[in-house]
Amino acid sequence: MNLYGILAIYKFEMARMWRTLMQSVASPVISTSLYFVVFGSAIGSRMGDIDGISYGAYIIPGLIMLTLLMQSISNASFGIYMPRFSGTIYEVLSAPVSYIEVVIGYVGAAATKSVILGLVILATARLFVDYSVLHPFWMISFLVLTAVTFSLFGFIIGVWADGFEKLQIVPLMIVTPLVFLGGTFYSIDMLPEIWQTITLFNPVVYLISGFRWAFYGVSDIHIGISVGMIMVFLTLCMVLIAWIFRTGYRLKP
Amino acid sequence: MQPDISVQNLSKTYGDGFQALKNVNLDIQKGEIFALLGPNGAGKTTLISIICGLVNPSSGTVTAAGHDIIREFRAARQAIGLVPQELNTDSFEKVWNTVSFSRGLFGKPPNPAHIEKVLRDLSLWDKRNNRVMSLSGGMKRRVMIAKALSHEPDILFLDEPTAGVDVELRRDMWEMVRKLRESGVTIILTTHYIEEAEEMADRIGVIRNGELILVEDKATLMSKLGRKELRLHLQQAMDELPPELKDQPIELSDDGYELIYTFDSQQEQAGVALLLRTLGELGVEYRDLQTRESSLEEIFVGLVHHD
Repeated sequence: MNLYGILAIYKFEMARMWRTLMQSVASPVISTSLYFVVFGSAIGSRMGDIDGISYGAYIIPGLIMLTLLMQSISNASFGIYMPRFSGTIYEVLSAPVSYIEVVIGYVGAAATKSVILGLVILATARLFVDYSVLHPFWMISFLVLTAVTFSLFGFIIGVWADGFEKLQIVPLMIVTPLVFLGGTFYSIDMLPEIWQTITLFNPVVYLISGFRWAFYGVSDIHIGISVGMIMVFLTLCMVLIAWIFRTGYRLKP
Repeated sequence: MQPDISVQNLSKTYGDGFQALKNVNLDIQKGEIFALLGPNGAGKTTLISIICGLVNPSSGTVTAAGHDIIREFRAARQAIGLVPQELNTDSFEKVWNTVSFSRGLFGKPPNPAHIEKVLRDLSLWDKRNNRVMSLSGGMKRRVMIAKALSHEPDILFLDEPTAGVDVELRRDMWEMVRKLRESGVTIILTTHYIEEAEEMADRIGVIRNGELILVEDKATLMSKLGRKELRLHLQQAMDELPPELKDQPIELSDDGYELIYTFDSQQEQAGVALLLRTLGELGVEYRDLQTRESSLEEIFVGLVHHD
């Protein structure tokens, strides 16, 4: 195990976050705060409770998930895409690090950033609405597990992308709609029956539902199913990454 | 002695069907400076990239420092430092950080004293806190070398190290390469500047269309393939070559004042003596004579474009 190697990649990636603190931390915090102001405080005060939870508090888990997914994907995809783009990837490929170590370095750093960001947003939410966390252990577990899973997914996108626009496409065109339609702002019970069924094909529903359960003990879907779905997605990503490194796909001709 | 790098039956065909390397065999000994020459697209960089782990081989085996580059990639790669052709640097990083990063990546514990030595040797010490993007092209090249030396490799690959580098830096680099060799580092460089190979290499390999067509000691190569030329400036112009000389490799210049005799440096003595005797017998008088040896460049052009 090349621990120094993992640490070098991890520290390099974390340094990138500190260098770009404004865009890494400030901008997601600001945009999430806007959601809290508009949906939590302004509109939320006119809305009824959902499952006995005030609307402002109800949307917290979903909004954190939104940021978590977007940031995990964009951090990890950018982290591996940039060296490919600039050519500095040669050094990682020629170094005595195994692909598992490379992934731990890049994905570990991306996931760390997202978790920090998730916690920062959680703290920010306190400024706007009152909430409680019923199962802190599960809340943190969901946060970490989701961050890792979607950082792996981002890593795959970063390897697959052959231009900056592709880096943007997946988070914008796929993740944002999935999160908005995944029950961030509503309980899926509120949908017509046909849409409830369709929604079940949206993987993000399980993440938000499970995360919300960790906060308030209520969920649209059983917690076991939510955890199972994350695990399925996590496994899929790992299999895909193993394939990428075995074949050298877009990394090693 | 076991070679430091051993390439056996190495072939590479890229996904688009382009065969970049065809059954290459090459042994490089510890502590030698080996120059790989060849025109653009001949396969120099592919060969280096496979040895360093950037490209997957299609078939064949490679060992570096006695370790198979795939099965024992950690040990093999730890021994290797690579300075690629392109100036690929992390623009936003500071010089010190990017060089320290490389050391960590190669699995070595931090050693500020070594990093300092490398930076000083490459005249980068004053720039250690500068961002890489603020440096000139030559300085960036030095940073890349510093990165490659940060983990104290036994084998150093320099892919076109002096492309686009000014004369002064080139001399510095040659000096550095010699010092490294004195400390026991094996050096493999590719170059377009034949001058560079001539100046530094112990052995030279010529690669063409993916085939290693020749590997030879530089001195042997020069003497074996080198053509010598003897020019005789005549007192009086000749209309045509005397019949006695017609079966020899002699040409008469257009103005008739010069005889040009070409010969392989191997068999020269007898040939020249015989020629001069014949000329004496024929009563041909000459004012001056000069000989010149072909440079590696001419040899190279000859190899790559003929046969």
